[in-house]
Amino acid sequence: MLKQQHIEQIEGSKPVNEQEPVLQVSHLYKAFGDNKVLNDFNLSVNRGERIVVLGKSGSGKSVLIKCIIGLLRPDSGGIRMLDKDIAGLSHQELDAIRAKVGFLFQSNALYDSMTVRENLEFPLRRHWIQLTHAAVRKMLEEALEDVGLAHTIDMMPAELSGGMRKRIALARTLILKPEIILYDEPTTGLDPITAREIIELMNNIHAKYNTTSLIISHDMNCVRLAASRIVVLINGTCYANGTWDTLTKTEDPMVKQFFE
Amino acid sequence: MALSKPMGKFLTETGELSRFAGRFFAQWYKPRYELGEFLRQCFIIGYRSLPLVGLTAFIMGLVLTMQLRPSMVEYGVESQLPAIVGIAIVREIGPVITALIFAGKIGSSIGAELGSMKVTEQIDAMEVSGTNPFKYLVVSRVLASVFMLPVLIMLSDAISLYGAWIGVNIHSTTSFALFWTQVFNILSFSDVLPAFVKSFFFGFAVGIIGCFKGYNSSKGTEGVGQSANSAVVVSSIMIFVIDLLAVQVTELLGLN
Ligand SMILES: Nc1ncnc2c1ncn2[C@@H]1O[C@H](COP(=O)(O)OP(=O)(O)O)[C@@H](O)[C@H]1O
Ligand SMILES: [Mg+2]
Repeated sequence: MLKQQHIEQIEGSKPVNEQEPVLQVSHLYKAFGDNKVLNDFNLSVNRGERIVVLGKSGSGKSVLIKCIIGLLRPDSGGIRMLDKDIAGLSHQELDAIRAKVGFLFQSNALYDSMTVRENLEFPLRRHWIQLTHAAVRKMLEEALEDVGLAHTIDMMPAELSGGMRKRIALARTLILKPEIILYDEPTTGLDPITAREIIELMNNIHAKYNTTSLIISHDMNCVRLAASRIVVLINGTCYANGTWDTLTKTEDPMVKQFFE
Repeated sequence: MALSKPMGKFLTETGELSRFAGRFFAQWYKPRYELGEFLRQCFIIGYRSLPLVGLTAFIMGLVLTMQLRPSMVEYGVESQLPAIVGIAIVREIGPVITALIFAGKIGSSIGAELGSMKVTEQIDAMEVSGTNPFKYLVVSRVLASVFMLPVLIMLSDAISLYGAWIGVNIHSTTSFALFWTQVFNILSFSDVLPAFVKSFFFGFAVGIIGCFKGYNSSKGTEGVGQSANSAVVVSSIMIFVIDLLAVQVTELLGLN
């Protein structure tokens, strides 16, 4: 424990380098039976970037980020996140990484037997973080204010609308001040106006906390507004890679179909 | 040949259930202990099934007595009614009926709860929040079932016997004290112990099967309903299978 703190201090004192990679996925393979979902997928994400992985539904986007966070085990290939190889970590080390990486689930995954407050406290309590009551209250209030829903603290998830639930899920992700946030289709299933609000919120959070974002999506509005760089996932590989401007001009029919 | 496909499915499912149970035995005693969640589940599982168990137990004791009386009168052994009812309730009917009610109420709710947690990614969310969801959700619920069902069965036996006393009093008057004396005179250690032991197994079966079905729920709301439903069906069958095994073992051990 002491040793780890020591390492963190050294890392913390390093000058922030814009080109510092915080996530590297190399030669990732994952199949379910005969269904080869990821086939030599490669990706490198630098600190502060906002990457969108664009792909049709069923193309393996969720499988990709579930491999990254360690919910699925890849068949082969390496995943390096915050200077640790995910595959070789013990449970404790993996939990320590997960405390620094937020994950916004497509279906929000709010615990429906718990109030909003208990939902937000869950990651704090479970990650063995020692905090005073006052500190917990302050973190809760801050996270809820970030998403503009301070008044819902004692409500149950079932009482909230779809957009509000997405915001609460985001607040729960934010409460640990993650360095990286993984978003699984943050706008799917929301009406266009709510979707736009969620995208704005994501951008505000990015600006406020200087988080690195990896966003999985097939919503072109989300891609246009949230991405600093776009990766196109086709047939399990990183088929194309570039900014919105370069990819909209491309002539490749496989890429073009997304931008029409 | 026509049987081979469902047979294969049955065997794979049995294998997976055994692996799931194996995982339970490998993990339940290791830290981190989810004591808070275990106690919460004990409360939910025990307390919430109490009214249903109490009501059915009372009716069962009463009806059983009323049904047995005519034959007992015919053979002239009406005075043995408390004894025979007591044996039937404590050895067989109390444990089995209570376990079946428990399977219907608790098995289905565990299956549905974990199933919906599975399909809405709540189980994954726990895992990325520094929690072993198997311990937090499965171990706590299975242990709560194992400990609460025997307690419920004891309460159910007592309530059934009370119902039986009322049944006896419809046609004749027997004091409560006399009734209890008659019941306890006939009941021996070898009647109570096997019934008590098998009730732990019933609890385990309901808990583990409910969790297994929920944890392996397929996507969609339909999958959740199916999990709840098959949790009840499979655990009810298991209760009878365990009952059958228990009576064999009791016989082998000479506890009859
Ligand atoms: N746990 C799993 N078991 C078997 N197949 C899976 C599993 N998870 C995903 N798949 C398959 O992987 C493919 C990609 O799924 P997914 O990553 O969820 O797609 P999406 O890009 O829409 O998020 C699909 O064909 C799906 O059936
Ligand atoms: Mg998906």
